[in-house]
Amino acid sequence: MDKTEALYGMVAEFDSPGALLHAAEATRNAGYERVDACSPFPIHGIDKALKIPGSKVPWLVLGGAFTGGIGALALQWWTSAIDYPIKIAGKPYLSLPAFVPVIFELTVLLSAFAAVFGMLALNGLPRLYHPAFNHSRFHKVTDDGFFLIIESEDPMFSRSTTREFMAGLGGTHIEEVRG
Amino acid sequence: MSSMDITDRIRVPAGAWGGKISRLFMVAVVALVLCAVGFVVDREQFYFSWLTAMVFGVSISVASLFFVMLHHLTRASWSTVIRRIAEALMSPLPLLVLFFLPVILGNHDLYHWTHHDAVEHDAILKHKAPYLNVTFWVIRAAVYFLIWTLMTRYFYSNSVKQDQSADPNTTVTMQRRSAPGMILFALTITFMGFDWLMSLDPHWFSTIFGVYIFAGSALACFGTLTLAALALRRGGYLETVIRDDHIRDLGRLMFAFSVFWAYIAFSQFFLIWYGNIPEETLYYIHRFEGSWKYLTFGLAIGHFIVPFMILMSQWSKRRPALIGFMAVWVLVMHYLDLYWMVMPTHHKEGIHFSWIDLVCLVAVCTILVALFVRKLSQNPLVPVGDPRLPESLRLHNDY
Repeated sequence: MDKTEALYGMVAEFDSPGALLHAAEATRNAGYERVDACSPFPIHGIDKALKIPGSKVPWLVLGGAFTGGIGALALQWWTSAIDYPIKIAGKPYLSLPAFVPVIFELTVLLSAFAAVFGMLALNGLPRLYHPAFNHSRFHKVTDDGFFLIIESEDPMFSRSTTREFMAGLGGTHIEEVRG
Repeated sequence: MSSMDITDRIRVPAGAWGGKISRLFMVAVVALVLCAVGFVVDREQFYFSWLTAMVFGVSISVASLFFVMLHHLTRASWSTVIRRIAEALMSPLPLLVLFFLPVILGNHDLYHWTHHDAVEHDAILKHKAPYLNVTFWVIRAAVYFLIWTLMTRYFYSNSVKQDQSADPNTTVTMQRRSAPGMILFALTITFMGFDWLMSLDPHWFSTIFGVYIFAGSALACFGTLTLAALALRRGGYLETVIRDDHIRDLGRLMFAFSVFWAYIAFSQFFLIWYGNIPEETLYYIHRFEGSWKYLTFGLAIGHFIVPFMILMSQWSKRRPALIGFMAVWVLVMHYLDLYWMVMPTHHKEGIHFSWIDLVCLVAVCTILVALFVRKLSQNPLVPVGDPRLPESLRLHNDY
């Protein structure tokens, strides 16, 4: 480990999803704010325990939906009724039923784009490196390791008391990570 | 948590609901008497009102059979605590054949294709006569009810048997039988739609009509199951067994099926509108004339846009009271949807609500609910021997 790199935070390992859940809850309740949990699989209730605010993705999807729907309507209205009007099957130039399939498809397409790319952007993904990787046992996170991270930028963070606090929660292999 | 750990009341004490059930039957008797008055006063109106109300009740019950088979077929675990409610809701089907008798009596008033003189001078109806004739039509209805009777009996009795035996093999067998059962369900509800509703306008046809009926019926069934689940919790049963998470999942199904209904409804309209062939467009022309156009647009808004907007967010799906309100809403919409399919045949000039519509609906609904509640009270309110019950009891949605 390169000691010259800035301290990122303190990482502790827990031996079960339940222990991690309780530790996350206790850490947040103790007043720590910059806390994260890592586990091999989603743990029910972990969002609530970490007090993670609700996702903003739905609003992005709503934006995508309106952009797609209104865009598709405008596109068809402009092309079929204004810029290059052609009579088709005796229908009016501005024939709303005929526009519905494209409106539907573009609404769904842009909603899906907003959901996927919005989720990636809000999560800061793709991301190939994280300071927690420097923990000596962090490779277990894809198998059977449950880790809690308290970042050094947290106002309550202190190298000694945070370590004691995490040990008190039942954390093992408590290490400072840099990077 | 296993079924042994359930602390809620899951059994209805003998006779506890007897008073409620007999009150429902009393209301039903009064409504049936008023139906008889309606028959004397305005026979044709009665037949059309009865047909609308009858299909409303039968379609919900049949869709409940669909819910049960879907549960088995997909090996769903979340819906295990809801399944007994659905099983009780499908079990009146064998008796609902009685609802069909007035429709047989009224076939001449309801269906233009039963008029021999009209068929004689009509090439299209003559061509359809091998299918659309009273004898075959009655036989087909009997076949639908027979299939539904056998299927509801099978799934109900095996589910109850498993309460005692707790034999996981019963689950496997029911899953296996659900596959052919699902095909029979799809065929019967499709041809039910063709025979009882689509043939009201015998020149008209729509190949997607069965799917359309299915979408609306399933939606109404999910609404009924939601209301029943909420009512049981309010009545002090299954208070922690049926979690808000289950109600939320029912809300999701309602959301999905209101979108599905809209997709199918628009597909049906769209192809006919684009094709612009006279015998196909006539159906919609009737429904865009007079005051019918308000119901047509009203259904687009009420059956699709309102449930879509309200049920979309997690915020609303976390509120059981709001989901309950939407359950009532989709039931009203299902009735209006059927009304929209049936009544323009009788009142071409515009919407004409009649008191006979109301008494027929009350009669059908009270009888269906009374039979449903009586069945519900006879066995444990959850399938206690089902191996997937513990998983269902732990249902948890983070989002």
